[in-house]
Amino acid sequence: MEEPVRPRLLAVRQPLSPRANLLVGLLAFAVPLVLWCALSYLPFVWHPLVLVQDPGDTTVAGTYAYLAEGQLVEREVFAARNVELARAKKKLARGERSNPMYVQPPHAVARALYTAFTTAPEGVGDVWFHESLLQSCKVIFWGFFWSALFGLPIGIACGTFSFFSRLFEPFVDFIRYMPAPVFGALAVSIFGLAEEPKIAIIFVGTFFQMVLVVANTTRTIDLSLLQAAQTLGAKNRQLVQHVVIPGILPALYRDVRILIGWAWTYLVVAELIGEKTGLSAFIYQQQRYRHFDNVYAAIVIIGLVGLGVDQLLGFLGRYLFPWESGNLRLVRLARGVKKALPGSMRPAKVA
Amino acid sequence: MADDRLELPSYLEHTPEVRERIEALRARPVVMSVEGLTREFDANGVRTTALARVSFEVHQREFISVIGPSGCGKSTLIRILAGLDYPTSGVVRLDGLAVQGPGADRGMVFQSYTLFPWLTVKRNVMFGLKMKGIATASAERQALDWLEIVGLTDAADKYPGQLSGGMKQRAAIARALANQPRILLMDEPFGALDAQTRCSMQAHLLKIWDAVDVTVLFITHDLEEAVYLSDRIIVLGANPGRIVEIIDVPVARPRAPDQFLSGHFLATKQRLEELIHGPQMFQSRARTHAA
Repeated sequence: MEEPVRPRLLAVRQPLSPRANLLVGLLAFAVPLVLWCALSYLPFVWHPLVLVQDPGDTTVAGTYAYLAEGQLVEREVFAARNVELARAKKKLARGERSNPMYVQPPHAVARALYTAFTTAPEGVGDVWFHESLLQSCKVIFWGFFWSALFGLPIGIACGTFSFFSRLFEPFVDFIRYMPAPVFGALAVSIFGLAEEPKIAIIFVGTFFQMVLVVANTTRTIDLSLLQAAQTLGAKNRQLVQHVVIPGILPALYRDVRILIGWAWTYLVVAELIGEKTGLSAFIYQQQRYRHFDNVYAAIVIIGLVGLGVDQLLGFLGRYLFPWESGNLRLVRLARGVKKALPGSMRPAKVA
Repeated sequence: MADDRLELPSYLEHTPEVRERIEALRARPVVMSVEGLTREFDANGVRTTALARVSFEVHQREFISVIGPSGCGKSTLIRILAGLDYPTSGVVRLDGLAVQGPGADRGMVFQSYTLFPWLTVKRNVMFGLKMKGIATASAERQALDWLEIVGLTDAADKYPGQLSGGMKQRAAIARALANQPRILLMDEPFGALDAQTRCSMQAHLLKIWDAVDVTVLFITHDLEEAVYLSDRIIVLGANPGRIVEIIDVPVARPRAPDQFLSGHFLATKQRLEELIHGPQMFQSRARTHAA
């Protein structure tokens, strides 16, 4: 029997086979993880320092006599000390090759992902990990909420009417080039030290981008759809409400997904102005205590929450726009509910 | 060499039956009158005239086609009639009133598929009615009636993306007709369809036109389509776009595909070809035959 033709792995603009798709996707995470393991667990890979297990004879004087048990020293220093000890014919120091503190092995970070939640805050005024996570999410939510509340309507207005486009876009374009963090000091003076200035930074960081992105998306609507609606009697407001908005909705949804990513980017900046809060505060505090495993855990958590939100939105998107995805499950559900409701306007379908 | 071309009657020769029908048509009230329509475009200082003093009248329940070579301003003309473009001078009147911008009284079917992809077929047909403020229940009933007329009852709850090209255009026709426009403007509606679908759509359109009280202005570049469908054919010439001739189609109604080979049909088609491609083509062939 002849072998079926297998799709090539590298073919210009061709989809991968489902199996290759899954494998390559896993590889995307597996390769960095393997590299990380190699770096952490293979003593001959990098490991520029030596963890001193036994300083040898500490009575021997020398430039490097400060070696003590548990100390991390550079390999050259360790070797030099052993030269000193060997010359004095005393007991040599023992140690094992080690990475700097800021390189944490996968298992430590994995453990920290759990212990970060269960470890009580060390200092007075420090917060639990889950509290800082919640703080971050709250800032993101409200920052993005306000930005969407104003950005979406203004963006749609700009994309629909040349008047609003001329009125808003030149100015928005101007502000867009000012990095959001430069407003930090202002935001603190205006809103104080609590969460408000942080929400304001997220707003500044996403709002101006949103207006421009949404305006451009709005402009992609098929003109012939608008003309068709006009010949069906639709006027200005109806055109916006019944053609422009539903027409760009799926694209708008994709924009929002991308813009939420922007909000996460500005989160870290926002949390460091005024009084440090949220995950960024946690990361700084843990770095001060030299708990690098917790630092990594917090960074990974930011990534996971961001990815999770994005994946959730992506998943919902597949059901929300059945005319694009061809996925009619939600529509069938809605129809079913409508039929089941008492006083349904339409009589049962005549066969 | 023997000339085996058919002996065709003159396209100006009408059978009594056809003459009677044409006269009855002329006696009907005028729905749309186009008076001295001129449209000039200014592109980088170069002025081109797309339409020059185009005038004609469309009578109640008439099926009128506009045909011409590419660049003759067919599309500009229908866009002005729909109110989507404005004339440099001249006026379009609907029932005596000058047209200002697009409106529900002139339905339009476009060549590109313009069903709203986010609405089901039924909701698409309801669109114009909803814009007028008609209650959902009533609009829904009317939409289902129109879908029955165009034969799309089964597709009522489908999205446009699930339909074939022919079905999409049928739905677009239903959507335009649901508004009960005074005139249905069709801009090469079957241009993007394959030959077989186009054929069945033409028959379908004739059936709908027969069943529904509607006046149709139909733009096409397909000569047979124009002859097959129309009462009258307006032939436009290019540079500048102007009316070259208005032909009363001498083919009897009701129309059927077997008329494609009738003398009057072929004579009309030949005349259209002369007008659009120029008589030289025919003369040169005649000379070759004579030689």
